Amino acid sequence: MKRLLVLIVTTLLVSTAFAIDKGKKFDDPELQARYERLISEVRCLQCQNQSIKDSNVTLAADLRREIARMIEEGQTDDQIAEFLVVRYGEFALYRPRTTGKTLVLWVAPFLLVLFGGFALMRVVKHRMSLPIGDDSMKEG
Amino acid sequence: MNRFVWPLIAVAGLLVFLVMGLRHGDPRALPSPFIGKPAPEFELPTLKIPEVSIGTETFAGDYALVNVWATWCVMCRAEHPFLLELAAARAIPIYGINWRDSRVEAIRWLDDLGDPYLASAYDADGRVGIDWGVYGAPETFLVDPEGTVIYKHLGPLDPVIWQREFVARMSGGGQAE
Repeated sequence: MKRLLVLIVTTLLVSTAFAIDKGKKFDDPELQARYERLISEVRCLQCQNQSIKDSNVTLAADLRREIARMIEEGQTDDQIAEFLVVRYGEFALYRPRTTGKTLVLWVAPFLLVLFGGFALMRVVKHRMSLPIGDDSMKEG
Repeated sequence: MNRFVWPLIAVAGLLVFLVMGLRHGDPRALPSPFIGKPAPEFELPTLKIPEVSIGTETFAGDYALVNVWATWCVMCRAEHPFLLELAAARAIPIYGINWRDSRVEAIRWLDDLGDPYLASAYDADGRVGIDWGVYGAPETFLVDPEGTVIYKHLGPLDPVIWQREFVARMSGGGQAE
């Protein structure tokens, strides 16, 4: 019984190991941090709901290798983003850039909140103008 | 009554988007950023004869299909008979990019199943695949005589897609002689 309990508990303690490129690419911690940030912001096109940091498919590995190479060559984040967008489209970036095409993504939430607030204000004002005691919902 | 009109319109609008999204087809298919652009430059050894190289200029002067394939790719096997058919009908020159594969196995595959390609480039480390924006084999690019990519198809080719998407884009109808 005790052995079974130990077995169950130890089994529960085991966590899955995701052996995806855990090795360090750069000695410089700053570059390493940049590398890790970049690969977590690139969509894996083969497995579209993962970043290439979390995915172990071949294409993700290839892209990690390319990004490491570009960092080594001293390319900027913008240059690396451009490299990906030229090949895979804006969809490859989890953090879309603010360009004409993606502007709507960035602006739409604020417009929606504004619009919603405006609608709410109108409803509240209307309700407040109703005579007190008239809490029927006949007219909206 | 009146109070339901606007919510109804809003829901109807969302439904339109839903239907549009569902009709979109393969959710993995993305608009290729290469359409209308020159085919990406490359230079690779051919699969069968490593000393001979193949590159973008190999396709020049005629419409060409560039088919990205691999032996590990299940759907490539599914589309293979149709590629053989196209090759037998001399519909269009077909070139392959053998993507992240083993040379030995790829050659064996062509020996066993037949070889529809005028030549296949051997992209062992996937570097050229990245330049072509490949993210799932099979992928088939249609390149026009000027070397511009005019269409890309994700997934296996079949006669219906061939007629509808490829033949229609080639001036003079391409095949059907």
